[in-house]
Amino acid sequence: MTEKIDIRGACDMPPMAKSLGRMSWNKTGSWRNVTPVIDYDKCTRCMLCWKFCPDLAISCTDPPEIILDYCKGCGVCAEECPVKCIEMKEGL
Amino acid sequence: MAEVPKKLTIPAEEYICSGHLACQGCGAALAMRYALKALGPNTVYTVPACCWSVIDGPFPYTTLGVPLFHIAFEAAAASACGLSAGLEMVGKKGVNVVAWAGDGGTADIGIQALSGAAERNDNILYICYDNEAYMNTGVQRSSSTPWGAWTTTTPARHFKKRPKKNLVDIMVAHQIPYVATAAMAFPEDLIRKVSKAKDIEGTKYIQIFASCPPGWRMAPEYAVKAVRLAVNTRIWPQLEVEHGVYTINRKPRKYTPVAEYLKLQGRFAHLTEEQIEQMQEMVEREWDRLLFLEKSTHEMAGLPLAGEKAAASKEGGAGAAAGQG
Ligand SMILES: Cc1ncc(C[n+]2csc(CCOP(=O)(O)OP(=O)(O)O)c2C)c(N)n1
Ligand code: SF4
Ligand code: SF4
Ligand code: SF4
Ligand SMILES: [Mg+2]
Repeated sequence: MTEKIDIRGACDMPPMAKSLGRMSWNKTGSWRNVTPVIDYDKCTRCMLCWKFCPDLAISCTDPPEIILDYCKGCGVCAEECPVKCIEMKEGL
Repeated sequence: MAEVPKKLTIPAEEYICSGHLACQGCGAALAMRYALKALGPNTVYTVPACCWSVIDGPFPYTTLGVPLFHIAFEAAAASACGLSAGLEMVGKKGVNVVAWAGDGGTADIGIQALSGAAERNDNILYICYDNEAYMNTGVQRSSSTPWGAWTTTTPARHFKKRPKKNLVDIMVAHQIPYVATAAMAFPEDLIRKVSKAKDIEGTKYIQIFASCPPGWRMAPEYAVKAVRLAVNTRIWPQLEVEHGVYTINRKPRKYTPVAEYLKLQGRFAHLTEEQIEQMQEMVEREWDRLLFLEKSTHEMAGLPLAGEKAAASKEGGAGAAAGQG
C-alpha cells in the first residue's frame, strides 16, 4: 500500500507534475456512517456485492469480506445482494 | 486469505485502487473499474475536467494503475489523438489510447475535438461516462441532461424542456467503425463492448450510462438499481452500431414503466402524472425508432436480425414484450 507522500517545497517536487504514489493511503473508511455486515449463514458466495462495490471494499475471496479501511458505507452491496444477507448497521 | 471464488462473471484483476475520492455509490467509479478490466495494463488515459479529475486524487497521487493525463476541458479527443499519433511515431503498438470524459466534456465543450477525431478516424477509443449533468461543479444542466430533469440551472419550476442530445446518432453520422452504449449496472455487457472496441482500428465511441447519487438527488444504495431500471424502462437502450448497422443488445422481456425509474430520484420529483406520461410516450417513440433502424440497417447490409420474430410482434402496440430477457 502507498504511504502518504510529504511535499514541503520545490525541492521535493519531481521534474514534472507526475504521480508518485497511489491513493490507497487514503483510508476512506472514515467517511462511513453505516457499516455493512454480512450474515455468512445466508451468503451464497454469489459475489454480486464484490462486483458492484464502487470502492473495491469487498474482497474477491470465498467468502467475501468487507474491507473496513475503505468501505464508504454507500449500501450498494446490501441493496444488490440477491438473498438480502447484508445489513447496514449504525454505530460500528 | 481464502482463495479467489470460481463463479465470477467479470475478471478478478483490478486496475483502480481503493482510497479514491468518488462520493458514496458513484457510478462513474464503477464504470472506470469495469472499463479497465477490459482494457488491461497496456492503456493510457486522457481525462479532461470532470469528476474523474477529482476522483483520481490530488498531486502526487493517482487511483489508476495505468498512466492518466489530466488535460483541458475541451481537449479529451484532441489529446488522445496526439498520444495515439506519438505512439505510432515511436513505433509502439498495442497500446489502448482512451479519452475518458463526462457528458459535459463530450456533448458540449469537447464535441468539436471529438468530431474532428472521428472525421479523421484517428485510432482512439473515446468513452463518455454519462451522468446527465455537470456534476463536478455542482449539477448544472448539460446538453445530455434529459427532458424533465431538475438541475441547479434548470430549477424544478423551469425543469429542462429540451430532449437529451443524441450523441450516438451524431457519432454514427461520422461513419466510424464502432459506436455503442453501455450501462454500469451491466458490467458483463460493458466489458464485452470495451474489449471489442479496443481491437478495432479507427475511432471508437462508447457512452456509458453512470449514476450520480448526489446529482440525481438519490440515495447512494440505488446507484446500480437506478441504472438497471434505466435500461429496463428503455430510457437507456443498450446499443451497438457497427459500420452503421444498429443492434439493440437488450430487449427486456417486460418493460418497466418509466415512473419506476423516476421515483427513485429527487431530480424528477416535481413531475406531474401527465408529465410522466409524456415521458413514457417519448421513450416509446424513441424505442420504435431504434427498432426500425435496427431492422432497416440490417436489411440494407444483408444481415439477418437476431430475434426477428420477437421484434416484429412488437409492432402490435407500444409496451408489448420483445426479444431476449
Ligand atoms: C474551460 C473550462 N470551463 C469550465 C470548467 C469548469 N468545470 C470543470 S469540471 C466541469 C463539469 C464537467 O461536467 P461533465 O463533463 O459532465 O463531467 P462530470 O463532472 O459530470 O463527471 C466544469 C464546468 C473548466 N475546468 N474548464
Ligand atoms: S451478494 Fe450477498 S449472497 Fe452474494 S456473496 Fe455478497 S453477501 Fe453473499
Ligand atoms: S457499503 Fe458500499 S463501499 Fe461499503 S462494501 Fe458495500 S458497496 Fe462497498
Ligand atoms: S458527484 Fe457524482 S459523478 Fe461526481 S464523484 Fe460524486 S457521485 Fe461520482
Ligand atoms: Mg456529467
